[in-house]
Amino acid sequence: MNLVTPEFGLLFWMVVIFGIVFFLLAKFGFPVITDMVDKRSAKIEKSLKDADEIEARMAAWKVEQAQMLEKARREQSEILRQATETKAKIVADARTQAREEADKILAEAKLQIEAEKESALRDVRKEVALLAVQVAEKVLRQELSDEGGQRAFLDKLVDEASESDRPHS
Amino acid sequence: MILAFLISLFLQTAAIQPASVMPGSDRASETPDQVGGDDIDVAEIIFEHIGDEYEWHITEWKGKPIAIPLPCIVIDDGVHVFTAHHAEENGYTFNENGKLINAATGKRPIDISITKNVLSIMMSSLLLLIVILFTARWYKKHDVMQEAPTGLAAAVEPLVMMVHDIAKENIGPDYRRFSTYLCMAFLWILLNNFLGIIPFFPGGANLTGNIAITLVLALFTFFTVNLHGTKHYYKEIFNPDVPVFLKPIMPVIEVFSAFMKPVSLTIRLFANMLAGHIMILSMVCVIFIMAKYGPLLGGGMTVVSVLFGVFLDALECLVAFIQAYVFTMLSSIYIGLARAHED
Repeated sequence: MNLVTPEFGLLFWMVVIFGIVFFLLAKFGFPVITDMVDKRSAKIEKSLKDADEIEARMAAWKVEQAQMLEKARREQSEILRQATETKAKIVADARTQAREEADKILAEAKLQIEAEKESALRDVRKEVALLAVQVAEKVLRQELSDEGGQRAFLDKLVDEASESDRPHS
Repeated sequence: MILAFLISLFLQTAAIQPASVMPGSDRASETPDQVGGDDIDVAEIIFEHIGDEYEWHITEWKGKPIAIPLPCIVIDDGVHVFTAHHAEENGYTFNENGKLINAATGKRPIDISITKNVLSIMMSSLLLLIVILFTARWYKKHDVMQEAPTGLAAAVEPLVMMVHDIAKENIGPDYRRFSTYLCMAFLWILLNNFLGIIPFFPGGANLTGNIAITLVLALFTFFTVNLHGTKHYYKEIFNPDVPVFLKPIMPVIEVFSAFMKPVSLTIRLFANMLAGHIMILSMVCVIFIMAKYGPLLGGGMTVVSVLFGVFLDALECLVAFIQAYVFTMLSSIYIGLARAHED
């Protein structure tokens, strides 16, 4: 059977043709294709990795953002609470201060009124005393225009003085 | 299927005794050394189709064969070039296998004729060359980062990358040096397997079912493997880590195994493709054999034959791919073994 005996001519041509085609394709054919496709695969892989990274970063950012928002909200409520407190305190302070001030003013006014009253009373007393002295002078002058009157008056004075020297019963 | 095949075999043997005179097939009368004029010699037809010829017989037209004449080139006492029709004038004749022999001495000269198979190698290799170079041109002209491959490149890229990935998986870090050879072997075998299924010109040559072709392919793998073997690979062959009493035997076994690898590659591809061709041709022959037994049986068997023929053709398409894949896969594994390093 010539089926299983390799023919020399066919071997020869096969080696030559296959060899030439292999050489040409090894130089200009397959490496071009595989290099390009490998380059593309590498790029796709890198892009996927980058995308994953970005996604992870985005997720981290989102968490961070949420945290910041939460913090800001907490701070806001804290500030509001403090403001309310401060307001209440200021109002209360103002109220007490006003009361104190009013009390002080009242006290001062009272004192002044007292003083005014005192001085007014003193003036009145002085006036009254002066009037009394003048009246007394006039009365005395009237009464003492005669000798007997002078004597009687003196006696009376002595009596009174002696009476006032004694302690009150 | 087996049953149908047995039936066809039975009918082939039965056909040797001529039952009746029928128009016969166009094939039956085309070869001059046909024995019985109206009888069908199935073996003859099949061997003509799977074998090699000095001309490319295409068809028959009004009793005259239409064939492409091919140059016979022989080196004997000098180079002689002629066509098969003029062999006698140049002092050559044909032996019982249809090969050229020197008419005077009866010896085979060095015969490097451009036969049907050689022409087929040329055409398919040229086709492969054009396809791959055009694809490569696409990749040079376009920016792969921006656009997906179209047309030819889109068709070739998956195949090339499949082989590239096989190489990557089986060979290791320096797989790039070898992926080119594997791509070449895979695409060449695949292309020729499919061209072999096409029953008319420019297909129909039984290339991958020819032992010379598969032997060359296997030898390419063999040399790729053994010329790139690492120190570790050769140490495993000639001085493996085995008990002392095995030391003298192991190198013999290993060397034998190294040589058996290309042989198995050769036979596997050759036998698979040849068997496929023979099965399909047998199915076709059944039609012509059965034509003798009247219109009823002939017509009935024709339907069966065509159905099985379609089935076998579909199977062959599958086998065409699988065998190309297996050859490439095994080659890459052998290369991978030869590129092994000490672990």
